[in-house]
Amino acid sequence: MTAVVDTDLRERAAETFAKLGWPTTRIEEWRTTNLAPLQKINWRVDENPRAIEHPATLGGRAAVELVFVNGRLVSGENPFGGDVDAQIADWERNAMVALNTANMQDGARIEIPAGTVVDGFIHLLFIGHGDGIWSHPRNVIVVGANAQVAIVETYAGTGSYFTNAVTEIIAGESAVVDHTRFERESMSAFHVGNVFIHQARGANVTSRSVAIGAALARSETSVVLAGEGASVTLEGLFVGSGTQHLDNHTTIDHVQPHCESHELYKGVLDQNARGVFDGRIIVRPGAQKTVSRQENRNLLLSETAIVDSKPTLEIHNDDVKCNHGSTIGQIDAEQLFYLRSRGIGEDESRNLLVHAFASEIVDRMKIEPVREQIRRALFEAMPDRLPERRGTSR
Amino acid sequence: MLEIKNLHAGIDGKEILRGLDLTIRPGEVHAIMGPNGSGKSTLANVLAGRPKYEVLEGSITFEGKNLLEMPTEDRAREGVFLAMQYPVEIPGVNNIYFLKAALNALRKHRGEEELDAIEFLQLAREKMKVVELDESFMNRGVNEGFSGGEKKRNEIFQMAVLDPKLAILDETDSGLDIDALRIVAEGVNMLRTERHSVLVITHYQRLLRYLVPDFVHVLANGRIVKSGGKELAEELEQKGYDWVETEAVA
Repeated sequence: MTAVVDTDLRERAAETFAKLGWPTTRIEEWRTTNLAPLQKINWRVDENPRAIEHPATLGGRAAVELVFVNGRLVSGENPFGGDVDAQIADWERNAMVALNTANMQDGARIEIPAGTVVDGFIHLLFIGHGDGIWSHPRNVIVVGANAQVAIVETYAGTGSYFTNAVTEIIAGESAVVDHTRFERESMSAFHVGNVFIHQARGANVTSRSVAIGAALARSETSVVLAGEGASVTLEGLFVGSGTQHLDNHTTIDHVQPHCESHELYKGVLDQNARGVFDGRIIVRPGAQKTVSRQENRNLLLSETAIVDSKPTLEIHNDDVKCNHGSTIGQIDAEQLFYLRSRGIGEDESRNLLVHAFASEIVDRMKIEPVREQIRRALFEAMPDRLPERRGTSR
Repeated sequence: MLEIKNLHAGIDGKEILRGLDLTIRPGEVHAIMGPNGSGKSTLANVLAGRPKYEVLEGSITFEGKNLLEMPTEDRAREGVFLAMQYPVEIPGVNNIYFLKAALNALRKHRGEEELDAIEFLQLAREKMKVVELDESFMNRGVNEGFSGGEKKRNEIFQMAVLDPKLAILDETDSGLDIDALRIVAEGVNMLRTERHSVLVITHYQRLLRYLVPDFVHVLANGRIVKSGGKELAEELEQKGYDWVETEAVA
């Protein structure tokens, strides 16, 4: 399933990227994330990727699993393959999307016909492998009117590679889409992921982002509520330690009336990790009766961990119900004392409280194998963090 | 079992306990009564090792070991249990998972084999009946959305499962209706054997009707000013605390 790509589009995107250049911290949206280390590397494409076994596979448990290595499809049959093309990703203004568009590789092209309800879930597994390799997967998911589908993207791998992925989701009238993005890249990898979601009247989309891997990861989700009564839920969890940098940007654009957006992002930062949440909500003049809630909550586990939280509301009409908030806190001393007073050791008590914080997001996932995989990955990551943390906290 | 000598302790640089002495032997039930601000809760918190409470002078030994040198979790593992006055809610930490982790931490410390899920559930169900807690509570977050009375009963439930050598009840009776009070007392009475001791900290005498103490002590201004048998509690109920305080000063 090699992507059908318009060569003219590639060329125009390449020109755009040449013009825009790599984002720098002088650009407001990139103020807290520095891509300079990526620019120094002479990235190359893996011309001959081979199938690799990876524990992130959900093989038989997914209705469909497509496995990509370094941006090329290596296994899986796609019964929903359609001749759908890139449509909504903003390559003209977003340099990383332009870079992806110019170098676009394989990715899932999925078309769910109107009225079709897909049982189970579709798993797209992207494996990065090797040093100095970059990949530019492009997923286009078109969901017809009244159709329903659950899609899970997992990003994993070994080595210091760079994944620059773009996913476009076009949800038709009253379509129901459940989308999960699980970024568990190698700790020396770089990851930039852009998700564009366009919702028609009455469409209901949930998109969640879980980021625990990569030396540097940037996740951007842009939603346009383009039809009346559309509803979107964005959920996010980012858990970083060491010197990880995990950046999350979201934009929800309320264009039409009677739309709803619900957003909750939670961050857990340990050691010298840095997290970013930048959430923008725009309510256009015509979007009366908008309901929008946005919340970002962060837990800092060391004195050197940093989080930048920036929720922004831009409201251009007065018939709306919007609220947003952001909190940054430490482990609750009372809760810690309570657990310890029952005989549970300090490290285990801290772990329990961190998982309790994260579980609010994890528990909401309806797809059991994915939920359990995420839970396991969180548990596996946690004990390693503790011995080192001790030196830096308290 | 527990020996407190000349204990001076406080919080935020303020001395609250000023030379408290108390000895509890195995099998005994002691009640500490006193007006607000007399240092009752400070004593409970110092025994459990709550952070921020400072011991300025004196010693506490538990079964011959220096309790003050132990971190909070080790005190619990040695057999000290504090039923808290205000149990905290911990959403996201499953009640039953938490209690199993606690019991197994205690068992591991004692060199006993850990209980598996089935064995643990069997034990938990049995103890749950005593405190009349519905099983549905077990799968919720620790104390999450529990009423005041349910939180207190959950404390007693945890105590029954963990089977401590010394149970400290910090105003467990406050805010309880008569039925809940009776349930709490029954839970504690089940623990009364020759190897268990109980320290009941309370403002009122009413819990002591169901949970009859061997000794009653009156705490005022950070010291025990009067000790006696169960009849002292009744006397306090009738006369209030003023007479003891006056007597102590005189």
